[in-house]
Amino acid sequence: MKSTSIRTPLGKVRGLGSAKSGTEHWWEMRLTSIALLPLTLAAIVIVISLIGRNHAAVVQILGSPLVAITMLLFVWTVTLHMRLGLQSVIEDYVHGKAMKTALLIANTFLTIVLWLACTYAILKLSFGV
Amino acid sequence: MAERPARVERPLSPHLQIYRLTFTFLMSGFHRVTGIVLYLGFLLVAWWLLAAASGPNAYTWVQWFMSTWIGRLVLLGFSWGLIHHSLGGVRHLIWDTGRGFAPHEREWLARATLIGSISLTLLVWMIGGFVMGGLR
Repeated sequence: MKSTSIRTPLGKVRGLGSAKSGTEHWWEMRLTSIALLPLTLAAIVIVISLIGRNHAAVVQILGSPLVAITMLLFVWTVTLHMRLGLQSVIEDYVHGKAMKTALLIANTFLTIVLWLACTYAILKLSFGV
Repeated sequence: MAERPARVERPLSPHLQIYRLTFTFLMSGFHRVTGIVLYLGFLLVAWWLLAAASGPNAYTWVQWFMSTWIGRLVLLGFSWGLIHHSLGGVRHLIWDTGRGFAPHEREWLARATLIGSISLTLLVWMIGGFVMGGLR
């Protein structure tokens, strides 16, 4: 089939498209999705198994290496996935330029705050003070 | 300044409300809805972790919330949402490989996502709640 693309061969090789960020968003969404399959199941089981336990037990379990590492991986991956996902939703439904930009900024800030807060909490539970 | 030309009325592509409501359409929308709800639900996870890290006093509020019927229902719904969205994600990963687009396949995948998410949710609650003792 004869190609009808107007992109230059160099442009095709770079694969960046007009937005200059190419398929990064799409790819990161897939990477986080795959990583989250086992991490989500693990996190759910961890949370459920801690429902009826008291604070001391919860601290001990959440601070144990395997659980803490699993939760850290879950929190890091999920906050990135959340940011990318809501970004798509905002871009799809919010058309006012100012509103769209404001929501995209808020989305980025909120997910970073959540990421930091959860990371801090898990590390504090692990190393204690 | 030159006068702006009158806006040309171009045809718009049809939006959501024009399509017939089908099961696959509903499940596709539900994937996005669960995504948005889970985003908000993650605030609870952050609250839970921060309360545990803050100390026994802060954690009593989490314990109180988790002991109420509403709290348990929120947790059940949250876990189901997570699992449903995960399986919906698997469906998208299958589609990414170019497979599963035939009408009966789409229908089957949508059904499998719903049935799978409900059974998997019951399974993780049995494991976490009873085998690992969360619901004692």
